[in-house]
Amino acid sequence: MADKNKVRSINDKPMHKIGVVLGTGFFVLLCAIIIFPVFAGLLASFRPGTELIRRGLAINLDLSTMSLSNYTYLFSGNADSQKYFMWYKNSLIITIVSVVLTLVICYFVAYGLTMYNFRLKNILFFLVIATMMVPFEILMLPLYKEIIALGLIDSYTGVIITGICNASTIFFFRQYLGGLPKDLLDAGRIDGATEYGIAVKIILLLTKPAFASMGILSAMGTWNAILWPLLVLKGAEKFTLPIGLNTLLTPYGNNYDVLIAGSMFGILPIFVIFLIFQKYIIDGMTAGAVKG
Amino acid sequence: MKSKKNILYSQKVAPYVFVIPFILSFVFFWIYPLVSAVSMSFFDIGAISKEFVGLANYTKLLKDRVFLIAIKNSATYMLGTLILLIPFPMIFAVLLDSNLVKAKGVWKAILYMPALTSVVISGTLFRLMFTEYPTGQMNQLTQMLGLGTFKWLKMGWSGMAALLIVACWRWMGVNMLYFLSGLKSIDTSLYEAADIDGATSIQKFRYVTLPLLKPTTIYVLTISIYAGLSMFLESYMLWAGNNSPNNIGLTIVGYLYKRGIEKNDMGYACAVGVVLLVIALIINIAQLIMNGTFKDGED
Repeated sequence: MADKNKVRSINDKPMHKIGVVLGTGFFVLLCAIIIFPVFAGLLASFRPGTELIRRGLAINLDLSTMSLSNYTYLFSGNADSQKYFMWYKNSLIITIVSVVLTLVICYFVAYGLTMYNFRLKNILFFLVIATMMVPFEILMLPLYKEIIALGLIDSYTGVIITGICNASTIFFFRQYLGGLPKDLLDAGRIDGATEYGIAVKIILLLTKPAFASMGILSAMGTWNAILWPLLVLKGAEKFTLPIGLNTLLTPYGNNYDVLIAGSMFGILPIFVIFLIFQKYIIDGMTAGAVKG
Repeated sequence: MKSKKNILYSQKVAPYVFVIPFILSFVFFWIYPLVSAVSMSFFDIGAISKEFVGLANYTKLLKDRVFLIAIKNSATYMLGTLILLIPFPMIFAVLLDSNLVKAKGVWKAILYMPALTSVVISGTLFRLMFTEYPTGQMNQLTQMLGLGTFKWLKMGWSGMAALLIVACWRWMGVNMLYFLSGLKSIDTSLYEAADIDGATSIQKFRYVTLPLLKPTTIYVLTISIYAGLSMFLESYMLWAGNNSPNNIGLTIVGYLYKRGIEKNDMGYACAVGVVLLVIALIINIAQLIMNGTFKDGED
């Protein structure tokens, strides 16, 4: 209060400082709460699984019970470790293939819907929107039967194929492509490029940021997908990481060593990607929310 | 050969070539399963048999007490997420956008982090935190507040609270980012004009921010309604399987999964799916009408 006399402007400086402390402090607190479960899980991953069953995630910095043993076990190359890294590899394969196909296909579809005027254009775009209006869970059972009928059950193809023409990815690419000048197409045509050549050699290069955004979002979605892989994949040797980790959740808790260390190690690639490409992720994710 | 190539490369044909994957995917992985879901709901489908039963699945559903529990749970969960995950992220975004917060990037990244973790992992972590033993975090918290311990995952209200806490943990940051990007699109000169008119912060929020955030709010509302109604995995992971005591965590999709996959009663499960579809479409259309989307015409 003594400072009050020194304040000359209307913009009350000490008040502002208090505001900054309160505002920033609020976010520190909120973030602490948000981090807590993962932090507790990380601590627990350095303890034997029996501790986890007995004490839950109780934070306890008793160093005597902490060791790297869960991680050395995970990397030991024994049967459990091999199983874990097989799931890890499966997840990587499915994620990479699925992301590449999704990006290529959705880019071309969006390109066709944006760059040309043709009779079915508006109807097709309406259908793209319509597919976003129906929750996947409703289609899940008939789709499951269809995949069985096509002989794709328990295969990566069965997991990947139903999702590569993703409506929201098409929508995002369409928004991005809509912002590019159409003159580029004519310029390409004058230079003798074919319609497909223009799409691949000229426009695609200008769409790189959209590819980055959609690639990362789609990778995160595929890496963490559960419901559909859970239905399609039957054999343990085909499981993705989340499905595999899920099978470790037995009531006896005899696998908690691998489960907790494996879970923490499974978050890692996504976290690294996120930290590197944060800007693109936020751009891609929020594209639909601003203009609606 | 040459003329064939020319046709394929013409400006008339090229767009159709580009959109072929969508048409195929739409036919095989959307319209066909959608039509089958509706048609299967009129059949009693066994392992090998398939018998037309008309509306029998639907009349059975109306009397199915467990299905009504599932609808109630999904509706409660959805309303809970709307109440918690729209106003709070909006206020947090306004605060984060103001000059009262330093190191904004750090908080944004941390708050987004839960959305990166698989439901398998977050469900497991939260199940351990909601354990009924006194060592669980939630029970430690309630003991600290002098409320004693709870069997969180065994009672209706606390089971729902657990689901909502998981939802808040996962989506608070994501929704905040949506609002933050909405705020970025608001022209700052509007705030300057409001300053000149002597508006207070609350007036600026009420008359500038709130109306201009409307598209973002509608977007978040829409995805929240859909995600809320079709929630399943959070419950599946929190109770380590699709079985919660007295079905306190059973959702509409959980029931669809139980009937269709676990009990192999596809016809009945599809009827559950069709009810979900109808509910989702009614809410969606009602919302579009309330927001005047049909009045505005072309954007």
